Amino acid sequence: MPPVSLIHILLVSTGLFFIGMYGLFTRRNLVTVLMAVELMLNSVNINFIAFNRYLFPGRLDGVFFTLFNIAIAAAEAAVAIAIIINLYRTHRSIDVEGAQEMKY
Amino acid sequence: MPVDSCLFLVLLLPLAVFVLLGLGGKGRFVNTAGPIATIMLLVVTGLALYAAGEYFFVFGKAGGIYRPALLFSFTWLQFTPSLAINMGLLLDPVSAMMIAIISFVSLMVHLFSLGYMKGDNRQGPYYAFLSLFTFSMLGLVLSANIFQLYFFWELVGVSSYLLIGFYYQRGAAVAAAKKAFIVTRFADLGLLVGILIIAFSAGSLDFAVIISRLSDTGSSWARAASGTGFLGLSLLTWALVLVFAGGAGKSAMFPLHIWLPDAMEGPTPVSALIHAATMVVAGVFLVARLFPVFVTDVTALGLVAYTGAITAVLAAIMACVQQDIKRVLAYSTMSQIGYMMLALGVAGRGGEGLGFMAAMFHLFTHAFFKSLLFLGAGAIIHVVHSNNMQDMGGLRKQMPVTHTCFLIACLAISGIPPLAGFFSKEEILAAAWEGNRVIYCAGLLVSGFTAFYMFRLYFSIFWSKEDANHHNQPEAAVTMKLPMLILAVITVLAGFVPFSRFVTADGVSLAAHIDVIFSIAPVALACAGIGLAAYYYGRPGDRPVRAARAFGAIYRVALHKFYIDEAYLFITRAIVFKGIGRPSAWFDRKAVDGMINYTAKGIGAFSGRVKGWQSGRLQHYALYFIAGVGGLILLLWLTGLR
Repeated sequence: MPPVSLIHILLVSTGLFFIGMYGLFTRRNLVTVLMAVELMLNSVNINFIAFNRYLFPGRLDGVFFTLFNIAIAAAEAAVAIAIIINLYRTHRSIDVEGAQEMKY
Repeated sequence: MPVDSCLFLVLLLPLAVFVLLGLGGKGRFVNTAGPIATIMLLVVTGLALYAAGEYFFVFGKAGGIYRPALLFSFTWLQFTPSLAINMGLLLDPVSAMMIAIISFVSLMVHLFSLGYMKGDNRQGPYYAFLSLFTFSMLGLVLSANIFQLYFFWELVGVSSYLLIGFYYQRGAAVAAAKKAFIVTRFADLGLLVGILIIAFSAGSLDFAVIISRLSDTGSSWARAASGTGFLGLSLLTWALVLVFAGGAGKSAMFPLHIWLPDAMEGPTPVSALIHAATMVVAGVFLVARLFPVFVTDVTALGLVAYTGAITAVLAAIMACVQQDIKRVLAYSTMSQIGYMMLALGVAGRGGEGLGFMAAMFHLFTHAFFKSLLFLGAGAIIHVVHSNNMQDMGGLRKQMPVTHTCFLIACLAISGIPPLAGFFSKEEILAAAWEGNRVIYCAGLLVSGFTAFYMFRLYFSIFWSKEDANHHNQPEAAVTMKLPMLILAVITVLAGFVPFSRFVTADGVSLAAHIDVIFSIAPVALACAGIGLAAYYYGRPGDRPVRAARAFGAIYRVALHKFYIDEAYLFITRAIVFKGIGRPSAWFDRKAVDGMINYTAKGIGAFSGRVKGWQSGRLQHYALYFIAGVGGLILLLWLTGLR
């Protein structure tokens, strides 16, 4: 079995990114949309780790950045869930179609 | 009391009454307004007569010459170090005479109004407007500065407007008020431009400075003003002609006279005060004020003379065919003011300054007998409830006091000796004889016409029919009879005032002369006019109708007031509105507004197309965002900015 190269990892992360994007565009449930966003975020994290491992093995900048991203993602999830809860309270639904006030 | 504080009170008391009654508004002071205003005006009249007396007999004369006295002055607006607007009080023979006339006639009118306006619930505003008018007219004649005069000039215009339109429930009164205001405003434009030219060419707005600089033809100011020309006339001539145009508008001179007959829609006492005795002579006053400048300019003075003569003749002819008694009096006023103007116009300087004196004398006597005529007309209208002389007749037994007073005034205005009108008219004709024979003939003609139309009025009202008893109403109240009687006495006596000793062009006393031979022609003409009127209108019959038919076209033209109103309507409607107004309106709608409107419409249509993109769906916005980022990446990649 050949060793795993950078290109394989990038293929995985790209796949993950577009799966997330597809979810973002098509899902109606806001929780699922949030999950899709998390997928996209994590594909970026994978990119950071991969570039750090293959291009600058002696340094840790990518790892730190990833840790930072995970922290940010946690905060973002908290905010997003708060928004979703509030949306549910006002609209009795967490369907993205339900909130259409921002229209012409 | 010193004269200057006296004059301050003369100005401020009517103003205070105006503010008090004006703030009260409709429904307040209904019964108290008249007494308040009348008592205040009694004080004002006393003070004004005192000030005039002090001027004429105590301090005005210095070395045998009456000199203008500047009693008060302060700088109100300093434009440049050399040009300022000063507010001041100027007392000279003319203004001293004017304050006496104005306050006295105003007092008579106030007294008369006590009876005439009884029962009207808008007496508060009525007396407020009268006070405003008295204040502004007194301010006008006391102005020391031509700009100050302009302020008061506009103020009298406003109060005239308010009083003409006093019965605002009547459409005709509203239209008449508007007409008077617009026509005089139109003329005031000329006055304003004239004032500006005078200020430019004299370098000052004070009457004293203007007169001293421009009346001396040798001075550098006068030479500069008469040297520069514009359209064939010198700058000075233009200025004087424009100033005279303003005066002609206020004094209802041809062709700006059309507002005065309509102004008779106002209450009759108001007509007596504003449209007979005081405001309408403002134009004469203005020319008299600038008289030393006018005499240096033959063209302007000639214009004054001929305008006056034409107005006097035309108005006298129109007065002969009117049926509304107030309109007859209005045309008669125009005719008499034309008389004053022509006297000013033919006046020379110094020794031949007879015309100036005559004009002022006629102004003085006319104020009394014409306000008496209007008050008499008011008393008659009060009883008959109609302005039309067809509804009257045979009133001499029912209204003996009014009858006597009216007869005295009619005789006075016709120039029958020894009443007031005779003396002043003689002086005017004498001045015209010396100045210009054509104008003298016009004056002579007018004096015949005057006698005819006044006695046509007199006979139609008091004789004509027998025993026409109208509503069995008693004659006017005491408050209405008293001013008429006072004015009648003055009308009899005013001619004997040695007027030429007091008011002359240069302040030097003039010897008055009544030449018996010279008086024969006008008096004979006047008697002929009276006889003719008695023949036609003395008793009931169809003689007037037959006469009207005999004159045919001339009668019709005069009845339609020489079609001057129609000419104005044609000019405004066909030329100004259709020729200028409508194309301008089209251009404004299509080009000026159109540019803005079409831009807005285009943008609106565009945004209508693209607003659908704002779907309100979160995922669409995310898609646009991603697509935008993708597009940017593509762009950077394609342009090589990696």
